[in-house]
Amino acid sequence: MAGAVWADRTLAVRYPGRVEYADALAMQAELVERRRRGDVPDTLLLLEHPHVITLGSSAHRDHVLLSEPELAARGIGLFETGRGGDVTYHGPGQLVAYPILDLKPDRKDLHLYLRSLEDVLLGTLSAFAITGRRDDSATGVWVDDAKVAAIGIRVSSGWITSHGFALNTDTDLSFFDTIVPCGLSGRPVTSVSRLLGRTVTPRETAPAVVQALREVFGYGSVDDPGAANSKQSR
Amino acid sequence: MSRIEVPMPQMGESIAEGTVSKWLKAPGDAVERDEAILEISTDKVDAEIPSPSAGVLAEIVVPEGETVEVGTIVAYIEEGGSPSLAAPPPAEAESESSSDGASAGEPAVASPSMPTSPPRAEPAEPPVAATATARPADESDEVACTATSEERLRTRSTPVVRRIAQEAGVDISAVAGTGHQGRVTKQDILGFIEGGAAAAQAAAPEPAGAAPTPAPATRTPAPAAVVPTAPAPSPPPTPPRRPTAPSAAPGDLWKRFHTEVEHPTYPVRDGDRVETMDKMRRLTAEHMVLAKRISPHVHSIIEIDFSAVDRIRREKKARWAERGARVSYTAFVAWACSRILRDFPMVNGTLSGNNIVYRGAVNLGMAVDLNPGLIVPVIHDADDLSLVGTARRIVDLATRAKSRQLSPSEIQGATFTITNPGVLGTMVGMPVIPKGTSAILGTGSIDKRVVVVSDPATGQDTVAVRKRSYFSLGYDHRLVDGADSARFLSQLKELLEEFPEDA
Repeated sequence: MAGAVWADRTLAVRYPGRVEYADALAMQAELVERRRRGDVPDTLLLLEHPHVITLGSSAHRDHVLLSEPELAARGIGLFETGRGGDVTYHGPGQLVAYPILDLKPDRKDLHLYLRSLEDVLLGTLSAFAITGRRDDSATGVWVDDAKVAAIGIRVSSGWITSHGFALNTDTDLSFFDTIVPCGLSGRPVTSVSRLLGRTVTPRETAPAVVQALREVFGYGSVDDPGAANSKQSR
Repeated sequence: MSRIEVPMPQMGESIAEGTVSKWLKAPGDAVERDEAILEISTDKVDAEIPSPSAGVLAEIVVPEGETVEVGTIVAYIEEGGSPSLAAPPPAEAESESSSDGASAGEPAVASPSMPTSPPRAEPAEPPVAATATARPADESDEVACTATSEERLRTRSTPVVRRIAQEAGVDISAVAGTGHQGRVTKQDILGFIEGGAAAAQAAAPEPAGAAPTPAPATRTPAPAAVVPTAPAPSPPPTPPRRPTAPSAAPGDLWKRFHTEVEHPTYPVRDGDRVETMDKMRRLTAEHMVLAKRISPHVHSIIEIDFSAVDRIRREKKARWAERGARVSYTAFVAWACSRILRDFPMVNGTLSGNNIVYRGAVNLGMAVDLNPGLIVPVIHDADDLSLVGTARRIVDLATRAKSRQLSPSEIQGATFTITNPGVLGTMVGMPVIPKGTSAILGTGSIDKRVVVVSDPATGQDTVAVRKRSYFSLGYDHRLVDGADSARFLSQLKELLEEFPEDA
């Protein structure tokens, strides 16, 4: 019964490019509102952010290792944001996915949704012959002991999702040194590029994300303007 | 007017509790039905909770930052106006049905599987119970289809419970769950561990036995409006509010005690100005509370004569200036501390769990006033530096601290801290020991004082004017004894009063 609803749905994919974090928040807020009204279909935003550190609702300030002025001096923004989770870093070379989905009627379960996003990430990695894994104690996706993707979501009134996940494709991982990612000290981060030993751009991984999301949620069709020109460099 | 309960909603089959992260409405605010009135967070997820009804937010029961189990009443909505007096039950019913289809808000999701205390007070009526159990069962079946066995285990308990189980080497599936939908609660797992399996089984009826008391929980007629949709949560006895506190694992409580801070609130009066703390202030406030919580602070004070230091400064000032160095009193103090800290490993160490960590390096944290705020850059391996080298580092770090150009490593790893309240004229300070270290030195103002000195040759006492200062050492009394502190301060005094010419 679950399948039918989603098979009738179209997933719209949008590529706004490199977007300031604040602008992406506004973009999401508007999409959430429009999705709630039924003006738009389920929409997947795929984008990159400039350097920014974001604090989720359960963030420990101790996990940002630099003061605000120091961050500013290095050109890193700092945002308190309405997603769940602790501290994370976004920046160029990282594929950020914000699915704005209506979880009604049959996916109204926050943990189920988190696990589904993990499935999407595992599927994406497997398209690059990388075997990722979950960690029973921490949301996110890991390869061996290193975190390759972080997840933090928000569900607005009416079961509309926002925020989502960030996959390190070609991220400069040294920026993670400025935080304790997700409050998990002593756990390294990695990227698809590092795992494969070659440069893999966000643009290159985007089609795999779209495909995996489609499969995990069972969308009947996908409206993806990026599909045709996915080979284009960003 | 009737009161509608707003319970912590069931936001997922495997979610047993939620934290109230933010109230979007204040008591007295008008709310629309389906309008978001609060935000809750579970691990990795933030969610808005809509009002189940239109009216006025009458009372907030669970404050921000508190974690409660699903079904706990978090607020009451006073339904406004006479029309709504009759309206509530239909309104509820409507929201329930609409949730299955269209874009209406969420209240219905919240209600059906939500145990509220009032329903529990009434013995479950068969028809009600039937509808109540039907749904959750449905949902769990669905989940079961996609769940791995590992996930299945995961869905039966909270992370805290799993951690306790793991630490104790207990298989959760062997524990009888008394929580929501048979979930294993902290009480269950703790009971299991402390009393063995028998005790855990005995624990199951216990909360149920306590149930009769909640009769008064039917505190308003309002529940009538809720009952139809939020009926008889069959198994789970609703725990008292704030269940996490009493039932939390001791280890978890300690962890929270050592890492979490909530500041109490006070009434605002006319003419007051209220501002949200900026991040530096919040971080500092949290750190101070935690640091005081963790370390039993004791302070000892010693008076130090700066005549020798003053003389050396005067004599060498020109020579240092030629080399482009400015050697402050603070540099002398930092240099002196870095020399003697090796002799006091407990002062340069920290308590960590049941261990004592004696640090291998001497890294001096130097508090720098940014006005507003402060930052503590660190002189790493300070004991490798000469007096002039120490001075240069201090000037460099302070300058870059003020221009916000410190790297992360330059504000980490202090093993001992020096703060200088004296620079602004304070005679003596009682500084707070930074977390993860054992001591902090507060240097008071260096003032000319009339003192009694003895002529070393004749033993004759005379009254003299000398530059002196009070130094206070704040130390963690778990690790540093009073005598250690006294010895440390005496040695520091000796070194500064007979300062080596070749430092």
